[in-house]
Amino acid sequence: MISWFSFLPYGLAYTVATVIDILVIALPLMLAVAMIIYADRKIWAAMALRRGPNVVGPFGLLQSFADGLKVFLQETIIPSAANRGLFLIAPIITFTVALAAWAVIPFGPKAVLANINVGLLYLLAISSMGVYGVILSGWASNSKYPFYSAIRAAAQMVSYEVAIGFVLISVVLWTGSFRLNDIVMAQRGHIFGIINAFGFNPLLFPMAVVFLISSMAETARAPFDLTEAESEIVAGYQTEYSSMSFALFWLGEYGNVLLMCALNATLFWGGWLPPLDLPFLYWVPGIVWIFAKILIFFFIFSWVKATVPRYRYDQLMRLGWKIFLPLSLIWVFLISGWLMLTRYGV
Amino acid sequence: MIQILAFYLFAIVVVLSGVLCVTARNPVHSVMWLILAFFNAAGLMLLVGAEFIAMLLVIVYVGAVAVLFLFVVMMLDIDFTEMRSGFAKYLPIGVALVAVLAGEIIFATSAWNAGGIPLGDAPTPDPEAIPNIQALGLLIYTRYLFIFEGAGLVLLVALIGAIVLTHRKRGDVRHQNIAKQNQRRPEEATVNMKPPVGQGVEL
Repeated sequence: MISWFSFLPYGLAYTVATVIDILVIALPLMLAVAMIIYADRKIWAAMALRRGPNVVGPFGLLQSFADGLKVFLQETIIPSAANRGLFLIAPIITFTVALAAWAVIPFGPKAVLANINVGLLYLLAISSMGVYGVILSGWASNSKYPFYSAIRAAAQMVSYEVAIGFVLISVVLWTGSFRLNDIVMAQRGHIFGIINAFGFNPLLFPMAVVFLISSMAETARAPFDLTEAESEIVAGYQTEYSSMSFALFWLGEYGNVLLMCALNATLFWGGWLPPLDLPFLYWVPGIVWIFAKILIFFFIFSWVKATVPRYRYDQLMRLGWKIFLPLSLIWVFLISGWLMLTRYGV
Repeated sequence: MIQILAFYLFAIVVVLSGVLCVTARNPVHSVMWLILAFFNAAGLMLLVGAEFIAMLLVIVYVGAVAVLFLFVVMMLDIDFTEMRSGFAKYLPIGVALVAVLAGEIIFATSAWNAGGIPLGDAPTPDPEAIPNIQALGLLIYTRYLFIFEGAGLVLLVALIGAIVLTHRKRGDVRHQNIAKQNQRRPEEATVNMKPPVGQGVEL
């Protein structure tokens, strides 16, 4: 990309190229979020034997854009008792963090914005910042239900980040690199030299399951959406928000869901590699494969949302601390032991 | 050029948010300024090429420690006037502490400028040749293995100590037996009385 702007001085060319790269990722992502909200509602409706959105545009395809326009034209209401500055910063943090994490996701052998050697750590760092959007909105609203929701969200995200950390460690142990593109390349022909996925490896499959469930908890999706449990705490931390500040939460949340789907695909199911290591499958560009995998995972997320009832809060904490944490810890031992025996020698 | 700009940007924000962290009236705002300071300190680490330390700084301090601070501060009911009333009383001690710290920093940097203490060859590998995650791993898990494990042991003891200190047995709590809950089937909890049409059920 930089070479296209070689008529400019290097620093300027780098800046221009990076800004264009960011837009090339962020704008389609926003479009994808709009369509994925529509898909979520359609899938959810189909599983409940309803029609779902079907009025705006053909098959209701333009529903999300109509909603976006409506929200954009609404008045932003700031409660008089709210802490004004933090109240407005909170949704911005959620939205920014959801976009920033996409910088290290590889869409192809060269198609990655920041191919840094601490890619996974960057993702952990960014996702650990996501909790501030929720905590701050809950506190700054100066209202009791948002505050409960903020406390729940903080405890939930911190708990599941521990299990996610161990899952990531086991993938990193197997790959020997924190760079996401190296992780994808290490999966090439991983099973019998033909299947491109860590997920079918019996030692890594349990980790893939733990990661899938933890990623639902980390993004506060059903069945772990205790932070916005409408039967107990209204809409949780979003209760006092309206218009664009509400929309930013919404976009950020679905952006995070897509990110988690992309991470599931990248870490365990081959990322942008085709499912089988056959030469003709590589004619299809990598972005198509990763997009297909993201959509499959998003379908699983919607499916779970439509069919599984919400957890109780103590069950959620128990699952995180008493089941996933010991399980993933034991699996890290197993995997490092196996690698020590087979790859590195005792 | 751009490095210098970035350095001054990060450094100025760190210093400013440090000052604002101390002077902010609202303790939650203080924590937010502290987080901003951590974040920009991570930026400074990136500038010197320590990307691993930078990411750890964000993950550990911004992601965990500051969340804990924020939690505590949000829960506390703090009386600001009372908090500020002792300012004059503590001022001399504060000034003395600052003087000692500043003296030590100046002393240490001038000693380092004079050449420091010769320790033989530095064990660090060439930072150009391998990324600093690998460099750190190679050193920590070989040369400094026992120190590293000792640090881990200290953390483990602290962890167990924290649990022991805060854990208390309370008699008045009803515990949930999750296994029992999971084993429960609909047949045990419900009964179909099959009442005839038009008649109620006596329980």
